[in-house]
Amino acid sequence: MNALDEKIVRATQAGLPLTAEPYAEIAKELGVSEQELLSRLQAMLADGRIRRIGAVPNHYALGYAANAMSVWNVADAAIDRLGAAVGALAFVSHCYRRPRRLPDWPYNLFAMVHGRNRAETQRHVEAIKEVLGDALNGFDTLYSLRILKKTGLRF
Amino acid sequence: MDELERRIVNGLQGGFPLCPRPYAAAARALGLAEKELIERIGKLLSEGTLTRFGPMFDAERLGGAFTLCAMSVPQGEFERVARLVNAHPEVAHNYERAHRFNLWFVLAAAERTRLSKVIQAIEAETGYAVLDLPREREYFVELKLSA
Repeated sequence: MNALDEKIVRATQAGLPLTAEPYAEIAKELGVSEQELLSRLQAMLADGRIRRIGAVPNHYALGYAANAMSVWNVADAAIDRLGAAVGALAFVSHCYRRPRRLPDWPYNLFAMVHGRNRAETQRHVEAIKEVLGDALNGFDTLYSLRILKKTGLRF
Repeated sequence: MDELERRIVNGLQGGFPLCPRPYAAAARALGLAEKELIERIGKLLSEGTLTRFGPMFDAERLGGAFTLCAMSVPQGEFERVARLVNAHPEVAHNYERAHRFNLWFVLAAAERTRLSKVIQAIEAETGYAVLDLPREREYFVELKLSA
């Protein structure tokens, strides 16, 4: 990543200014033209370094109190197709393939699931189970009990 | 949160425009004035409904190395082990979860070799094994938490 992109990440990771021309303000701070800043942001959005631009809600403030990491043992031949299907479900916020660590850890698909209460989250887990069908060889649901540290990823 | 704020939270989780007057453009799409949108976003941020408003970066694609780690720690040892783990600056998030594997944390460093060193250090300091579960693939997720 070039030096300007790194500066843009640092200048925007805490959020955009709440002013009518936020990009002009950041561009001025960085000593580049607004057009250059906009085209760098566009490039980062296109290659996935920026996932999206907008509001980042606090799950708990929206009433999503039952947040669980659901973990699934999915047949290797089917995982990429089914992982994409699970990622598309409305209540899944992150969906990753990770390695199994046998014998302790047989699960290779991770899906973060959000519900207003455990009953709702359980229904979401059941819906994932249906999507996975015959390719599923076991699963577990790990509710979060406590945040022990949250520093965020800073550059 | 009123109806208008609900519309803002639901409608602006992505797609904020890259143009000179983005709030004006986004406000038009939501049927409100630029000034009103800016004020409401400020309110949602200050009351904690939104944690941030702006670009959301994919830390892994920006460079650097990350992994998710899990440990199975007996209850009586849990607080001690959590303190030892948290003391490492590479530990970005750490959660207690209801499971045999009850301690889950994300490690972030400039290079993969550094992650392995931190994992070895944590195992040596705590006396418990660490499962190293790096992301192999991310499945596309559309953002859609509804308020």
